[in-house]
Order: sequence, then structure tokens, then C-alpha cells
Amino acid sequence: MQYIDDYRNNTHIQTLARAINRKVAHEWNIMEICGGQTYAIARYRLEDLLPPEVRLLHGPGCPVCVTSEEVIDHALDIARHPEVILASFGDMMRVPGNETDLLHLKAQGADIRLLYSPLDAVELAAANPAREVVFFAVGFETTIPVHLAALQEARRRKMTNFSLLCSFFAVAPAMEMIVQQPDNRVDGFLAAGHVCAITGNAACRRLAARYKHPVIITGFEPVDLLYGLYRCICQLERNEAQVENAYKRAVPENGNTVAQALMNDALDTVGCKWRGIGYIPDSGFVLKAKYSAYDATGKFPFENTKHLTNTRCISGEIMKGKLCTADCHCFGTECTPEHPAGAPMVSAEGVCAAYYRYRQP
Amino acid sequence: MKTVCPVPYNASDTILLGHGSGGRMSHQLIRDVFRAAFGNPLLDQDHDGCVFAVEAGRMAYSTDTFVVHPLFFKGGNIGDLAVNGTVNDLACCGAVPRYLATGFILEEGLPLTTLQAIVHSMQAAAGKAHVSIVTGDTKVVEHGKCDGIFINTSGVGIVPEGINIAPSRATVGDVVICSGNIGVHGVAIMSARDSLGFETALESDTTALNHITQQLLCTIADVHVLRDPTRGGVGTTLNEIAAAANVAIELDEAALPVPNAVKAASEILGIDPLYIANEGIMLVILPERHAEQALRLLQRFVESKNATTVGRVVASGRATVTLKTVYGNHRTVPMLAGEQLPRIC
Repeated sequence: MQYIDDYRNNTHIQTLARAINRKVAHEWNIMEICGGQTYAIARYRLEDLLPPEVRLLHGPGCPVCVTSEEVIDHALDIARHPEVILASFGDMMRVPGNETDLLHLKAQGADIRLLYSPLDAVELAAANPAREVVFFAVGFETTIPVHLAALQEARRRKMTNFSLLCSFFAVAPAMEMIVQQPDNRVDGFLAAGHVCAITGNAACRRLAARYKHPVIITGFEPVDLLYGLYRCICQLERNEAQVENAYKRAVPENGNTVAQALMNDALDTVGCKWRGIGYIPDSGFVLKAKYSAYDATGKFPFENTKHLTNTRCISGEIMKGKLCTADCHCFGTECTPEHPAGAPMVSAEGVCAAYYRYRQP
Repeated sequence: MKTVCPVPYNASDTILLGHGSGGRMSHQLIRDVFRAAFGNPLLDQDHDGCVFAVEAGRMAYSTDTFVVHPLFFKGGNIGDLAVNGTVNDLACCGAVPRYLATGFILEEGLPLTTLQAIVHSMQAAAGKAHVSIVTGDTKVVEHGKCDGIFINTSGVGIVPEGINIAPSRATVGDVVICSGNIGVHGVAIMSARDSLGFETALESDTTALNHITQQLLCTIADVHVLRDPTRGGVGTTLNEIAAAANVAIELDEAALPVPNAVKAASEILGIDPLYIANEGIMLVILPERHAEQALRLLQRFVESKNATTVGRVVASGRATVTLKTVYGNHRTVPMLAGEQLPRIC
């Protein structure tokens, strides 16, 4: 914990806050992309330390929040098969599909297990050869490789009762979609450090060069975040638009080539729907045909006839940087963690849940 | 030719449905396992309940049910947890715990040695807390209908004259003392679960606290609130107190006694130590003028040697819990909505 404590150190925080205050001359809207960053900003109330000229917008970087209702309905449908054990990360358990969520289905008797690693699901499948184990694999580039490692492990062991229901997203196309909006407000980005740790920095470089916005590759601790903001503000005040790596302890320029090879081998890039936001071209991944034996969409076909997306939830507009939680009439009243109207109120890294939980007294 | 019963009632080394029948197998189980461990004159009345003399004054009465998984974990098992839990509930009512009743729901197939180990831990915990288990009940359910064993304990204790402990008594000007490290029991349990795949050196701190509360209340009668922050953790417990007294409680993040191992597990699992269950600590809320004396007293006991002031009651008329962060700003500490769900990445 000594290592993390250095990145939460109050002296460093106050020094960075003063540096930001000295540097700011104009008003800037800066978007952090990752839900982990949003969570830390809310938890440590870092906005209280910023000058009024700096406004933080909270991006679409929580894969739990942007997994579409249709995919969740598919997971629920699969979990209803009596031979299935559906395994999932904890965050997914309470995210509502069109009718219910995994926790409620579990309470009705479906065999749904909360796991911490897809590799545990492989072991679960090995221990239950008469059952079909489906791991609800939700993630950005950060966590996609570990799902694929589980797939490769199941393949190595010639297992036939393990598959993935994939809800995989690519982050860079979503950033591009945001800056392409005609009423885009984002001046600069704090890119998701752990995504870049896998993908490398090339996509951020393309984005910065093409759309003329600074992109700072940023970590997740309070010191990381304020340092990323400081670097971003420095560029904005100088009218620059470069990529800077402010998270060098985790992000090499070319990312993790082993993980990239896993992804290139197993995944095709496709357009996909982001919950609340809509269709984004080239922003998702599906398993290649050669891995169809491990693809739950093939094993358990599903036709969703429901498209009842909650129209009161403005989280899509929040995640595009156009609105904030204060603009939502439901926030904290109709929509609470107990009764979420949208996914960002469920996941701890969802912007609404983070801001509700750690709101100002 | 000698005839032999095909299912000898005394030969099983596991719990069978017959052990809950009320017949000979039940009696044998009670005699050989429960009475052998818990034996005391009140239990030996061989009655459907227990009859005992009562003292003048007020009594405290509490009950708690234990369904922990796994049954055994570093630092304890479901048995000592079940005794310590009710003892601490009584102690936090300001009472001197005296008698416990216990109800067992056993799953068919539970190894008898497991039950014996749990029962012996219960007796050891009861002995340490100076309480007697004076009556009980056993039911057996079919395999798959419970997780090995569920235990209910309820208990009574005597509240000494002049002691008035209640959450509604939290008052502006009170300080909040936490008697020990936060989150230890919960992390020990989580690490013992196979599915979580992480290990910790932490042991559950489950223990009875009644000897400490009795000393405390003998020395400082004007304690307002005592609470053991079990399920829901310190965050939820303080919200309950704030609501009962309609007061605002402010915690000091820098003062919270969270051990590094709990911090590390919380980071890995994506959970907040303020909401992790505790079994061996309590919150003490009392007027600030008594705080130093209370701290000195608590720190003399090994179970509460890390006692420290973590917050204060700052206002009345609004029921809130807030946290002053290490950066000097403030945020709410809401009541937990449901179970803490680990973050995805």
C-alpha cells in the first residue's frame, strides 16, 4: 500500500491543485474517459480542489454501463437454461435488462455465480462437466485479454462446456464519436491509462492529430488525475494538441503486445450499440468464427423482441459530455442505487452511482 | 441367530434426518454433542426451556442468526461467531450478558466431527464471555436445504443501574471512538471463500467485548451509544445511529484505523472498508470530556488496543454521516444500498 499511498499523498495533491490554479487562464471542459477515473474523482471529491474555470465531463468508460439491454437480456435468457451456470463479475449482477437483472433471476433459482476472474469460470466448467458454464464477458481492451486467456485455457484443455457471452468494446471509437458531435464541448481528454496499457498510444495520437484536442494518458489515483489535468490544462492554455503519457509507470508506448496478439487472433472488429449512446462504428469486438465453439451467442441463440430503453435516463448525454448529473430530474429521487433507472446508477464506476455515493453533504 | 438393526441409530458419523426427529437419535445427539459441551446446571434441568431467577432492574434481550460461509475461517468459525455476536449485542445494550439460547439448523450429511468442533468453539467462547448456554433446539433439513449448519443464538443480560445506552442518545459534542481495526473480519471471510482467489494473513477478530464494555461503563457511566458495526460495517452502523438520534456525524478519514491488509484487499476487490463487516470491534459514542479516559481504558485491553477517535457528532436536526477526506474536503457516507458488488476493473 506504500506504493498507492504515494499517489494519494495530500502534500502532492495540494501542490498539484495550486499548480493548476496558477496555470488556468480560460475556461476548459476536460473529459476523463474511464469509469475508474470517474470513481476516483467522485470518491476523493477532486473537483472541490479545482478552480471554477475547469469543468470535468465524465466519459463513457464503464463497460458495465454501456453494455446494451439486449445483451443483458441475452445473458438472462441463457441463465434460464437449466443446464447453464452463468458466471459474471459482481458489477453486472444488478444492471437491469429490459425486464429484470441477474440478481433477481438468481433469487428465482437460476444458477448464477459471481466470480473475480474468467479463469475461475474455466475451473468451474472443469468441475462441472455435465453443465454448460457461460462467462458473461464484459469489458474494454483493459479486461478483454484476460477473457481471451480463459478461452485459450479452455481450448488447451479441450473443454466443450465453456463459452463466453461477449460484450467487448473499443474505447477510441467512442472518443472519436464524442468529438465528432456537432455540439461537442470537450476541449481535452484524460485517456484511460489501463486501456492504453494494452493498446498502446497510437489511437490517441491519431485522435489528437485529427481533431486537435490534447489527449493525456492518465492513471487512476488522485495524484495521477490531478497531474493529468495539469498537463492537459498546460496544453490547452498553449493551444497545443499533443498526446502526453502521464502514466508512464503503467503504459509503454506500444502497449502490451502479448495481449494485442491474443486480441488479433481471436476477435473481429464490429460496430456495436452502447447503452444510452447508440450505435458506434468499429467500437466492438466479437469472437472470430474459428472460436465459435466458445461463443455463447452461437450455443444459445436468442432473438430479442423487446426494445424498451428507459427514456427518462439521460446517461447517454452525460457520457457524451453534453449534460451532467445535475441536469437529470431523476438523479437521487426516482433513480437511486436501490432503484436504478439506468446502468450508470448501478455500477460503482458508473458516473451516477459514483456521484450519488460520494456527493457533497 | 442374532438380529441386527440395519440402521443402528448410534453408528452414524454424519447428521441424518433422524437426528431431528425428536426421538432416540435426537436425544443421543443432545446428550453426546450439545450437553457434553455446554453442560451446566440450568441446561441440565432437562426441560423444554430454562427456568432461572431474575434480578430486579432492567434486562436486555437480543437475537442473531449466523449463516456464514465458509463455516471455518482464519481466526474462528460459525460457532464462536454465534456466541460472540449475541454477547456483543447484549454488551452494546450496556448489559452484562448472562444466558444464551441456541437453535441449530443442521444439513443432512454434515460430519459429526464438524458439528462437534463448532459446538466446542461455542462453549469456549461462552466460557470466555462468562455466559451459559442454557437451552436450545435442533432441526435437521434435507441435503441441499442449508449450507451445512445455520445457528441462531439469543440471549439475556442484566443492565446495571444508571446505565442508559441507546443510539438515540448520540448528542452534539459527542465523539465517536472506534475500538479497533476496521474490516478485518470481513476480509478474512472473503479470503476464505474459494471463489475469490486471494489470500491474506488477516485472521477474523471475532471476540466477545463484554468485559471491555463492563469496565468502560463502571468507569464512565455517561456513555451514550455502544454498537458493534457488524453487517454493513462502520458506514451503515453510523447511518443507523445518525437516523435514530437525528444528528450529523462527521468522520475523519485520516483517523480511520484501516490496516494495510484490509486496504489492499479493498483495492483488489473494489469495495470500501467502511462497509466491510466487523465482529471484534465496537463504536463508542460519548461526551468529548470523557474521550481521553475512555481511550486510555480501551487501549489497556488487547482486543481494543488500537482504539482511536474517528469522528464526532457535529449537528442535530439532520441525519447524515459525512467524511472529512485527507484532502480537507467533505463527502457523504451513505447507507449501503444492497450488497457491496465488486468493481469490474
